Amino acid sequence: MGRWPKPAEGSWTEHYPELGTGPISFRDSTSPEFYELEREAIFKRAWLNVGRVEELPRIGSYFTKEIDAAKTSVIVVKGKDKAIRAFYNICRHRGNKLVWNDFPNEEVKGACRQFTCKYHGWRYDLEGALTFVQQPGEFFDLDTAQYGLRPVQCDIWNGFIFINLDPEPRHTLREFLGPMITALDDYPFELMTERYDFVAHNNSNWKIFADAFQEYYHVPSLHSQQVPSAVRQPNATFECGHFQIDGPHRLVSTAGTRRWLLDPEYMYPVERVTRSGLVGPWRTPETHQSAGLNPGGIEPWGITNFQIFPNLEILIYHGWYLLYRYWPTSHNTHKFEAYNAFHPARTVRERIEHEVASVVLKEFALQDAGMLGGTQAALEYDVVNDFPLNDQEILVRHLHKVAVDWVEEYQRERSPVEV
Amino acid sequence: MTVSNKRLPSAFAEFERFADKWCLPTEPERWEARLSTPMPELHEFYDTFTPRFEEAIEYCDKFPLDDVPDDALNLLHLIYSMIMVSMAIEVFGTQKPTDSADAVIDRIGAPVP
Repeated sequence: MGRWPKPAEGSWTEHYPELGTGPISFRDSTSPEFYELEREAIFKRAWLNVGRVEELPRIGSYFTKEIDAAKTSVIVVKGKDKAIRAFYNICRHRGNKLVWNDFPNEEVKGACRQFTCKYHGWRYDLEGALTFVQQPGEFFDLDTAQYGLRPVQCDIWNGFIFINLDPEPRHTLREFLGPMITALDDYPFELMTERYDFVAHNNSNWKIFADAFQEYYHVPSLHSQQVPSAVRQPNATFECGHFQIDGPHRLVSTAGTRRWLLDPEYMYPVERVTRSGLVGPWRTPETHQSAGLNPGGIEPWGITNFQIFPNLEILIYHGWYLLYRYWPTSHNTHKFEAYNAFHPARTVRERIEHEVASVVLKEFALQDAGMLGGTQAALEYDVVNDFPLNDQEILVRHLHKVAVDWVEEYQRERSPVEV
Repeated sequence: MTVSNKRLPSAFAEFERFADKWCLPTEPERWEARLSTPMPELHEFYDTFTPRFEEAIEYCDKFPLDDVPDDALNLLHLIYSMIMVSMAIEVFGTQKPTDSADAVIDRIGAPVP
């Protein structure tokens, strides 16, 4: 028998009957045609997280975001009114990319009073209005009010900046996030501003890497080194305490052990000396626990991992969190962005604890990433197309289903109505 | 004889011979050093540093985070390298994480120091 009770239906998966229990296809992760549809149906319609408000500390602070899946680039900027806005990164005059430094395809950040196009010197203020045109008398009835920067829908939830490339999003950001995610409305992300940032260019479909972080079934096998070899159990298993699905979003919670209560042989020497390690610093500042943080009431609670459709994941431990984003760059490649966020260290020892947690994150994420090339290549044989998923993998099943659902809905809307 | 520009606090002078190679302020430098150094040499650094690892942390922890003197800062960077090398020695037994294949993850931002 498992350690954690399952829903009355007998399994987490059957608790959500729309998921089914049969084998699933991964053609959604190998097909160039499906990827072209995902670009339109998902990445040009869903709310996409591009950053945190702390990344735009002052009036005039900006960053650009390359969104390959939408073949576009966006400027995100804090205006004179301190509102954060987003614009397509294009000069309205001749179409030059407006904001870039040395190479137009590289993301940039900084602070400015206005945006000036490198090409003919047109200028735009921080709110996107066209404020200066060189030799305006040479133009023909140019109404500068009509040539401001083209806006992108932009909204903020609990300090996370989201954009939506649909000019008329079908949901507000709050509606899109839904009750399971907005139950974190009062979670104090703004206190955890000490960041360790990572980036990777991975050779798999974006969903295949997301899958690695939404099931723990692989942990005893792939990450056997997370337990010192002397106490490693050859047939170790892993069972999650709680799974939950709400619309296109999903979460999983697992129990956590209080590290300082463990016998020393269950930890590596570096963990004992630094009092930090795999699950972060052993002790973190007392941090408000939102109602939505542990909806399954897991005790002792360890982590809840929120996967916000399509490509955002926030993994919250007590007093620190990790954030992952998966940005597709083709049907079988993606850019992975990640960071660890801590309460700012007050002492050198706390900084060392953060360093350990950030080193360990990379070690084990590299093992996950190491599986990608082989998985993608084998899926692309296209000889096997029915993959059995177990109950611990319910969220893998859900992500792929939602991606297909969004694509099919998009196709239905575009196909002519049959009479 | 040239004197290392990466001096450590006198109480930790025995580690001076590791200073030039391992007092590295950034993770990309430490990662690269770990991957390009043979395991026996990693072991030598690890084995030498281990008995005083805790003491080194305590020494650095006496200073405010925004005002760590240069020699203690070098020691802190040596501690960071010890953490990096510990992964190879204690966890994997190889420089590179087991089964990480051709994966690369770059750390592109971190607090200082």
